[in-house]
Amino acid sequence: MSTEKGSEPLFSKKNKKLITDPLTDNNPVTIQVLGICSALAITVQVNQAIVMSLSVLFVIIMGNLIVSLLRNMIPSRIRIIVQLLVVASLVIIVDQVLAAFLPDLSAKLSVFVGLIITNCIIMGRLEAFAMGNKPWPSILDGLGNGLGYGAILIIVAVFRELFGSGTLMGYSIFGNSLPGEESGLYTLGYQNNNLMILPPMALIITGIIIWVQRTRNKALIEEH
Amino acid sequence: MKFLEKYLHKMEPHFIKGGKYEKWNPLFETLATFAFTPKLVTTKGSHIRDGVDLKRTMMTVILALIPCLIFGIYNTGHWEMAVSEANRNLPYFDMMGAKFLNGLIIVMPVVVVSYGVGLGIEFLFGMIRGHALHEGFLVSGMLIPLTMPADVPLWMVGLATAFAVIIGKEIFGGTGMNVVNIALTARAFLFFAYPTSMSGDKVWMSGLSDKMASNPEAVDGFSGATALGDLASFMSDKATVAGEVVQSNVAVQSFSSEYSALESFMGMIPGSIGETSTMACLIGAAILIFTGVGSLRIILSFFAGGFIMGLLLNAIGGNPYLDLPAYYHLIIGGFAFGAIFMATDPVTASQTATGKIIYGFFGGFLAIMIRVLNPAYPEGVFLAILFMNVMAPIIDHYIVQANINRRLKRLKTT
Repeated sequence: MSTEKGSEPLFSKKNKKLITDPLTDNNPVTIQVLGICSALAITVQVNQAIVMSLSVLFVIIMGNLIVSLLRNMIPSRIRIIVQLLVVASLVIIVDQVLAAFLPDLSAKLSVFVGLIITNCIIMGRLEAFAMGNKPWPSILDGLGNGLGYGAILIIVAVFRELFGSGTLMGYSIFGNSLPGEESGLYTLGYQNNNLMILPPMALIITGIIIWVQRTRNKALIEEH
Repeated sequence: MKFLEKYLHKMEPHFIKGGKYEKWNPLFETLATFAFTPKLVTTKGSHIRDGVDLKRTMMTVILALIPCLIFGIYNTGHWEMAVSEANRNLPYFDMMGAKFLNGLIIVMPVVVVSYGVGLGIEFLFGMIRGHALHEGFLVSGMLIPLTMPADVPLWMVGLATAFAVIIGKEIFGGTGMNVVNIALTARAFLFFAYPTSMSGDKVWMSGLSDKMASNPEAVDGFSGATALGDLASFMSDKATVAGEVVQSNVAVQSFSSEYSALESFMGMIPGSIGETSTMACLIGAAILIFTGVGSLRIILSFFAGGFIMGLLLNAIGGNPYLDLPAYYHLIIGGFAFGAIFMATDPVTASQTATGKIIYGFFGGFLAIMIRVLNPAYPEGVFLAILFMNVMAPIIDHYIVQANINRRLKRLKTT
C-alpha cells in the first residue's frame, strides 16, 4: 500500500499473522467452510491428499503473486475473468506436471486437479486479498491459506486411510488384511472400516474437526 | 427401601453445588431419580398432573420390546443349535430350555455392550455439560442389539453404539435433539462399515462362519441366509436349472415352501436378533398403542404403504422378487420391527397428525421399493426410515403451512 512509509521487516508481526491465522482460527476449510468438495473426494489416501495440497499451495501462491503484481492494471469490471485466466493457466501447468511425473496419482486425482480452478479458497484469496495488497504479503497469505487447506486435507486423509484401508501412504500399519493370510491386528478379528472409504465419512471427520476446534475456542461459535 | 431413601438424603449435600463431589452430581441424580421420584411438582398454572415423564415413556417402550427380546433369544439359540447339529430342519419347539440358555449366552453380551458403551458416553457428556443422564438411551440401547445379526463381533456393537450416540445424538445436543433414529444410525454404520459382518448368508446363525472355516463338510449345503437373502439367491442361482429358465412363480413357490407364512409370522426364521418375529412385534405394538406411546397412525400407514407397494410390484411381476405376494413383505425381514419400534420414535417422526400418515406411508412404500428393486440392499427398511426421518420436518412444515393458508382463506371470506 503506497501510503505506508518505510519498509517493514519481511516477517513482521502482521505478516506472520497472515501465515498463522489460516492455520488456526481462520482456517479456510473448517471456519470458512470452503473447498469442501475436494476434501471429500481425494482424502481416501494420504499421498493423494499431499499431492492435492501441494498443487493447491502452488496455484494459490503463484496466483496471489501474479494477481497482486497486476492488481493496478486490472480493470475492475473484468477482474474475475483475469483472475480465472491466471488460475486456469497455473492449474494446467500443475496438471501437465503431474501427468508427466506422477502418472498414477494423476489418474487417481483425475478431474479434481482441473477442478482446482473452481476451488473457492483460491478465488476468494485472489479477490479478497491479492487484489488489494502488495506481492510479498500476498505470497504469505497464499502460503498460509494453502497450508491451512492442506493441513485439514491431510488430517482427514490420515484418518480415512488408516481406518479405511489399514495403511498410511500405502504402507500397511495393522498387518495384512487379505482373507486367508491375515497378520497383525486382523488375526484378532479387526476389520477395515468400509464407511471410511465412502465420501460421507470425510464430511463427518471434517465436522468433528470443526466441533473440536470450536469447543477449544468458543469465540468461533457463531451466534444466530 | 426406607434405608436407601435415608442414605440418599444423607449423601445429597455432598453432591449439590459446593459439595465434595459436585462433579459427580449427574451420576448421583440419575441413580437417585431411578429409585425415587423427584419431589418436584408443578405448582403454577393449569396442568394435567400425570407423572408421565421421559423415564416412564421409555420404560413402556422397553416393556414392549421384551416379547421381541425373549423370542429373539430363543430363536438365536435355536439356530445356533441347528448349526452345531448341522440340521436346518431341527424341530423348533424341542429342548426349549437349552436353546433359551444358548441364546441368552449369545445375546446378553451384545445387550450389555450396547448399554455399557452407550450409557458410558452419555454419562461423559452429562458430566461435561452438567446435566443428569437423559433417559433417551434406555430404548436405543435395547433396540441396537435387536437389530444386530446373532454373530456380530462385540467390538463392532460397541463401535457402532459409540458412533450412533456421538454423531447421531450428542453432536446435535443430546436426547430429543437428534435428527435420525439412534438405533438405525448404529445399524447403518455397521452395514456400510463392515458389510461382511452385517449381511450375506453366514452371520445370521451364531457359529456358522466359524464352523464353515474349521469343518466345511459338516455344514455343506447349509444355508444361513435370511428369508430376504434366500429370495435373492432364488432369483440368481435357481433362475436356471439344467439349462431351463425357471418360471418366477415356481421360484416363489419353492421360497414359500421353505419359509411358510406361519413360520415367517412367528419368526422361526434366521435374521437379526429381534426382528424375525412379526407376532412378538405386534404384541409390542399393542402395548405401545394401548399406552399411547406409539402412534397408531404411523404404524398403520407404514404397513399400508408397504402393502400397496408390494401389490404394485406384483402387478408388474416378472421375477421372484417382484412376484412375491405382498403380504410376505410385511412378515419377512425387519419390516414389522421397523414400522413398530423405529418409525414411531417420537423425536424423529413427523409431529402433525396428517404428517404422521404421510411419513408412515412413504416409509413403508420406500422400504419395499428399496428391498425389491435394489438387491444390494435386501433390508431396505432401515434406509427408508432414515430417509423419512430426514424428511419428517419438511412434511410437518408443509402440513402446518397448509393449515395456516386454510385458516387465512377462512378469515378473508368472512
